Amino acid sequence: MLDLFDDYTLRTVALGSAALGITSGALGTFAVLRRQSLLGDAISHAALPGVALAFLLTGSKAPLVLVAGAALAGFAGTLLVMGVTRTTRIKYDSALGIVLSVFFGFGLVLLTFIQRRPDASQAGLDRFLFGQAAGLLQRDLVTMAVLGGIALAAMLLVWKELKLLAFDPDYGASLGFPMRALDVLLTSLLVVAIVIGLQTVGVVLMAAMVIAPAAAARQWTDRLGLAVALAAAFGALAGVSGSVLSSEAERLPTGPTIVLCATAIVIVSLLAAGRRGLLWRELRGRRDRRRLRVAAVLADLLALEQQHPDAHRGHSAAVLSVMSGGALPSLQVLERRGYVRRLGEDEWVLTDTGRTEAER
Amino acid sequence: MTSGQIEIQLIAVVVAVACALPGTFLVLRRLALVSDAISHSILLGIVLGFFVVGNVNSPLLLVGAALVGLATVVLVQLLQRTGLVREDAAIGLVFPALFSIGVILIARYADGVHLDIDAVLLGELAFAPFDRLELLGWDWGPNALVVMSVILGLNVAAIALFWKELKLSTFDPALAIALGFAPAAVQYALMSLVSLTAVGAFDAVGSILVVALMIAPPAAAYLLTDNLVRLLLLAAGIGAGSALAGYWLAFALDASIAGAMATMTGVAFGLAWLFAPGRGLLAAARRRARQKLEFAQTMLTIHLANHEGKPEAAEESRIDHLDRHLRWAPDFAQRIVRLAERRGLVRASGQVLELTQAGRELAADALAR
Repeated sequence: MLDLFDDYTLRTVALGSAALGITSGALGTFAVLRRQSLLGDAISHAALPGVALAFLLTGSKAPLVLVAGAALAGFAGTLLVMGVTRTTRIKYDSALGIVLSVFFGFGLVLLTFIQRRPDASQAGLDRFLFGQAAGLLQRDLVTMAVLGGIALAAMLLVWKELKLLAFDPDYGASLGFPMRALDVLLTSLLVVAIVIGLQTVGVVLMAAMVIAPAAAARQWTDRLGLAVALAAAFGALAGVSGSVLSSEAERLPTGPTIVLCATAIVIVSLLAAGRRGLLWRELRGRRDRRRLRVAAVLADLLALEQQHPDAHRGHSAAVLSVMSGGALPSLQVLERRGYVRRLGEDEWVLTDTGRTEAER
Repeated sequence: MTSGQIEIQLIAVVVAVACALPGTFLVLRRLALVSDAISHSILLGIVLGFFVVGNVNSPLLLVGAALVGLATVVLVQLLQRTGLVREDAAIGLVFPALFSIGVILIARYADGVHLDIDAVLLGELAFAPFDRLELLGWDWGPNALVVMSVILGLNVAAIALFWKELKLSTFDPALAIALGFAPAAVQYALMSLVSLTAVGAFDAVGSILVVALMIAPPAAAYLLTDNLVRLLLLAAGIGAGSALAGYWLAFALDASIAGAMATMTGVAFGLAWLFAPGRGLLAAARRRARQKLEFAQTMLTIHLANHEGKPEAAEESRIDHLDRHLRWAPDFAQRIVRLAERRGLVRASGQVLELTQAGRELAADALAR
């Protein structure tokens, strides 16, 4: 852990991954809430030809140039998705699939074309495929932090408008807010968040960084502000732990490791989060079932008592089990609460408090 | 062309057709992104299968990988059924996780073996002819060609056999349930086909091209026809055409074959989007332009009919007056008058217009509607 502060490379990598996690986590929350989770997948795949074209046209590998190319291509991809769904009967899912695979394919053509040019010093471009945190440099870090900061600041600036967009765009439109423009703005911010992460996590897995932190955060809260903050925190946690793990262990690729860390956060959240968690849900279900069984046994005892005039005759657990099934544990619970009394080895009767409780 | 080139193109065409058939149903059922999920997560299946079988070319590997593909669909549905995440997010959570596990397993334990991530993602069709199936002393052709031909046959057979079930559950799932057709079973059968096809194609052309070949050709065909049989045939044809065009594009640029084929499926879709008769952007634009002209002519007859026989008629029916009254630019007014004259709606003598009987009827008809 001390390495984190001493080791220059590791610190760069961890800071970079944190920046990417925070930005994609926060903006991903909106995408997930608006059922556009997989738009992130399409954007990140669509960014690949942008990276290649930016390099082909400028011959530069400066992070800002490549990121700008990626952003333009990712943005063009989302515009195409919107255009196809608006003007044809092709549905959203097919439009996303076409854009992501065709742009990616075109990106591959360009990348292989670049690689086979004799003069090219193309090394480093293919790290956009799977990401490589170890290759992060100080200048990459600055680019990532500045762009991420701008995106987050823009998000905060139009916070209430984005909130409207996420939950009730029709109401927003009726209030006179330019919802179409806000939609484009939010999508552009998402594009920025995604291209920031491309060199670390890679085109193929970047979608997970948009979806996983947001899906995890959603489990813990119903408030948008808290969800965005939590998603940012989860994103940072996944980014830092994944990149540190992968630089500590040998042959542990960065992108997949970060994604698995994010997935682990999701699994924990799904199981354990507040009231929604599956674990709590299961426990609550069991408790409710037990409570129902106990109440049923109590009611059965009352019914038996009313049918048998000699009030102080006991009834065996076997008889009660026939009536409601598995009565013995419930009887023991009731005995502990003082609602029933044991007469003999296997003879149970209601106490006075038990009778009032049962009649209630 | 060398025999190697012919074989590569044969493989490409067979893969394209095999993908287009189940892909058509994915597009119609709004499950297009399932192909994305399956084509990524079968990487894990191939890796796990490789650990068990120890041989990349075993047919058992295909079955194992197809099972993992199917498991992806089941996992997505389970996750969705908890009610904690929606379908799109569930897809986006499951496949990156499975894919990541696959990549990490390869990096740690299978480095240097034939399993290499680039080949898996991007495919290396160029090397496919070297990997041949020799059985009983015979050379049966490239492995990929044999495997994909078998899968293509399976797809055709399954679609023909379950034709009415597929058709019904795709277009009217509620009726399918009511008639007792078990749409869930049809769904899983379709997913098994998709998974098997993806695994087979994956080896030859890589996972991203699988998505392109499964979605783009059927989507393009969907803009061209309303008939399911024609849709399947067109999708297969467009897929095959894009595959061949992609091969030659890659040949010309000396670039990735799979990437070029994906690009060409996109070009095919773009062409259909622009030029599809009736539904394309161009057809829609022309329809709008025609409607605008027709509407303007109707407006002209209504305007003239309104003032016909009234004292102001002489003033109102002048062509140079339309500019003020209907807010038409002089050029546009001239054009509309000419069109209306040709249709026999108005007669012009100098600047003054006069309705014909046909024009009067059109105006009355338009107002009555």
